[in-house]
Amino acid sequence: MANKISINVNGKMHTGAIEARKLLSDYLREDLSLTGTHIGCDTSSCGACTIHLDGKAVKSCTILAVQADGCSVTTVEGLATNGELHPIQEGFKEEHGLQCGFCTPGMMMTATDLLKSNPNPSEQEIRDALEGNFCRCTGYHNIVKSIQYAAKKMA
Amino acid sequence: MIPTSFDYKKANSVEEALSMLGDDTQILGGGHSLIPALKLRLNSPGTLVDISKISSIKEISDGGDSIAIGGGATHASIANDKSLDQYCPMMGQAAREIGDIQVRNVGTIGGSIAHADPAADWPAILLAADARIVVQNKNGSREIAADQFFKGFFETALEEGEIITAIHIPKSQKNSNSCYVKFKQPASRFAIVGVAAAVEMDGSVVKSARLGLTGVGEFAYRATAIENALTGKPLNETTINEVVQNATENTNVMSDHFASEKYRAHLANVYLKRALRKLG
Ligand SMILES: Cc1cc2nc3c(=O)[nH]c(=O)nc-3n(C[C@H](O)[C@H](O)[C@H](O)COP(=O)(O)OP(=O)(O)OC[C@H]3O[C@@H](n4cnc5c(N)ncnc54)[C@H](O)[C@@H]3O)c2cc1C
Ligand code: FES
Ligand code: FES
Repeated sequence: MANKISINVNGKMHTGAIEARKLLSDYLREDLSLTGTHIGCDTSSCGACTIHLDGKAVKSCTILAVQADGCSVTTVEGLATNGELHPIQEGFKEEHGLQCGFCTPGMMMTATDLLKSNPNPSEQEIRDALEGNFCRCTGYHNIVKSIQYAAKKMA
Repeated sequence: MIPTSFDYKKANSVEEALSMLGDDTQILGGGHSLIPALKLRLNSPGTLVDISKISSIKEISDGGDSIAIGGGATHASIANDKSLDQYCPMMGQAAREIGDIQVRNVGTIGGSIAHADPAADWPAILLAADARIVVQNKNGSREIAADQFFKGFFETALEEGEIITAIHIPKSQKNSNSCYVKFKQPASRFAIVGVAAAVEMDGSVVKSARLGLTGVGEFAYRATAIENALTGKPLNETTINEVVQNATENTNVMSDHFASEKYRAHLANVYLKRALRKLG
């Protein structure tokens, strides 16, 4: 049975009819072609699929798209404004916060949620906040530095 | 991974949700236990009734002699609640250690206890806190003491068609002197062993204690023999070492590739001691 939904994604309204079983991650990637949201494990563990749902970091592989009806969603594509990189994006660039880049969109979405509630996090607080985001390349060190860069820039 | 097809109904109130529940339906809370199960096709309900948009069951409020936590309150909202930190610190301590930020933003306390995973954190805490669980059904509502709620492996006193609408945490002396410690599974952060302890002192001796353990057996339980043995004794290292001997007595201790039965039983004693030391 098709379900009507209307979701604000990165400031733009999207309406449509979808199957109830469609995951939010698949809706973003397949229906809206927003492929910045990555699917790594597809089992709620790796955090590559992290987006903001009504401003909070969530794993989009573990949310049904119908549950986002009436909500606002921000994906990594929504971070930059008018072509200008968000401080977190700039941080990852300046501090070499990525290698293969697979985990990066999820890292950035978790980091921006953290910086909203804690604008000046300690290194330990940053590491704790990344508990649900796995990186298989960097060893996390430069990811932490990238987030510290963004925190400083946004202060 | 794609679940099997199902219908979806969004409820705006508890009453509406109750009217939507029937044959082959299942409640959808935060979905952080249910959706993974649907994706693995371990479960294939005909209709999901989504209660996650019902605002009346998401709040945490002061109920006079207790704190009332909505069944739909997320782990994150419990982690951030100042009144719980004051009246029952083990609640926030546990909430802040569940999964990760993303999981805490979505998963709910009602969903967790309805699911009753043997490694979930909340069951141990609700047992130690002497919590009362309020459920609503088509005929009205009823209250279940935490002691009567957890019945077995993924099994609770909840009946078909019932919704957990609130959890009451008494503002007791015991709860104000409480803590939660856990040995986590490093990937999921579920408890291999989790201990919730609430101890009321009478001067320098223990007046009464409630100790909840999770992750150890097929369901969370209280170490009542140790609770009794603590009563009337000073809460010091000598007492703790004397009294905490066999925290898994009467429990069928689980074993898996993370922790053998023997290791789990050992950890149960170690973590129980750690919890008591924090309160002494
Ligand atoms: C990566 C990951 C890590 C996790 N780590 C931990 C951890 O460290 N510790 C821990 O304890 N948990 C952990 N969890 C589980 C998490 O806490 C879940 O949120 C919780 O177990 C289920 O709550 P939910 O609201 O998501 O329920 P759902 O998944 O929506 O539902 C679970 C079950 O409860 C029923 N249900 C839901 N709400 C109600 C209600 N109000 N009344 C009656 N029935 C209801 C549903 O029908 C279903 O059967 C983790 C989960 C993930 C994905
Ligand atoms: S793809 Fe969602 S957590 Fe890994
Ligand atoms: S940069 Fe490759 S997984 Fe993180």
